[in-house]
Amino acid sequence: MNAKKLATMTTMSGHILEEEAALTLAELCWICHTPAEIMIKLVNQGIITPLEGNNSRQWRFHRSTLIRADKALRLKRDLGVNFAGAALALDLLDELEDLRSQLKLLMDASRS
Amino acid sequence: MEYKDYYDILGLKKDATQDEIKRAYRKLARKYHPDVSKESDAEQRFKEVGEAYEVLKDPEKREAYDQLGSNWKAGQSGFQPPPDWEQNFDFGGGGYTQGNAHDYSSFFEDLFGGGRTSGRTHYYSGGTGQGGFRSKGENVRAKIMIDLEDSLNGSTRSFTLQMPEINEQGQIVNKQRTLKVKIPKGIKEGQTIRLSKQGNPGIGGAERGDLLLEVGFNPHRLYTVKGKDLYLNVPVAPWEATLGATIQVPTPDGKKVGMKVPPDSQQGRRLRLKGKGLPGKNAGDFYVVLQIVLPPSSSPKVKELNEKMRDEIDFNPRSYLF
Repeated sequence: MNAKKLATMTTMSGHILEEEAALTLAELCWICHTPAEIMIKLVNQGIITPLEGNNSRQWRFHRSTLIRADKALRLKRDLGVNFAGAALALDLLDELEDLRSQLKLLMDASRS
Repeated sequence: MEYKDYYDILGLKKDATQDEIKRAYRKLARKYHPDVSKESDAEQRFKEVGEAYEVLKDPEKREAYDQLGSNWKAGQSGFQPPPDWEQNFDFGGGGYTQGNAHDYSSFFEDLFGGGRTSGRTHYYSGGTGQGGFRSKGENVRAKIMIDLEDSLNGSTRSFTLQMPEINEQGQIVNKQRTLKVKIPKGIKEGQTIRLSKQGNPGIGGAERGDLLLEVGFNPHRLYTVKGKDLYLNVPVAPWEATLGATIQVPTPDGKKVGMKVPPDSQQGRRLRLKGKGLPGKNAGDFYVVLQIVLPPSSSPKVKELNEKMRDEIDFNPRSYLF
């Protein structure tokens, strides 16, 4: 793509997913293409956690929940693990990510 | 077309048993799953492995593939299946048993048929009460790399992404798409920019999915980013650390600030400038991390003064070891 064409392109503005308004269970299911009973299983496994609400009708989810729900569903589909296995994998991946960033900070600190 | 060696992709010999094929596939699928792997070509590898397994796990497809393979010699770039190759096998209506058919290579499509793609609807419940078959398009995810300055000041950047699109035959194909995207000020590493309705087309007239851009930061020459906080290593002389000093420090907003180093500051001491990290409602902090740097002993003056300190100061830094 040349610079001239790029200059005339419209700029797309989005939102920071993590800071957007909360979703209901129905909205989350619609976005993730997932029936509610599966989404409730994800909640019961502790893979995703509602921000508030005592029962599934009142649940409100952080919009970024959809990323975690999507990951769990893909792991289940692609690797043949059950939701408990997907939950374990996601928790370990989070921990790994955290350790990697700490390691990066330490390595940066010792570099100078 | 390019011949694909499915045995090689799974790391198997031609006489592998069905159990070995299954084991090899499971292992590689875990290794290259795009949600698990950190390797940049993970998604591509994962698809290849899935395609190889799709063929080799099915004894009928495997037999057909094996017959083809004997007509192909290593190093041959163009590959044509023999014209009558399909007569003993019927793959016309079998369809795919799993996976995302539109991800398979043209090699696979030519041999086992294609064009049966209908978008990914694996998880659609169908029973949400709208009547008829409507499904919001899939969300598409991609990772983009930005610079720290983009987040500090907000900016507009362009990115070229591989995006699925529907062609005239109704198939979903990958196409390069260049996007100009506004980077919101104060965005943090690992956060996601959601571009509404820029994902996959919906089914039955439903709206498109969203495009989700996960943000990563390129390494910065000076600053290290952790969440919304920024860190900068700042060298100080031993006497500055001991006696205290006021030093000039560059802040992330491009200004300079005089910072007070308290007396008796040890190596690694962190000094905080509140609210000078990534901007936003809850702005991050900026930390200066002191790094004590020694002047070279090749200078006679340095040598002389250090010898004087050694001889006149009673200081044992290792007393706690004994």
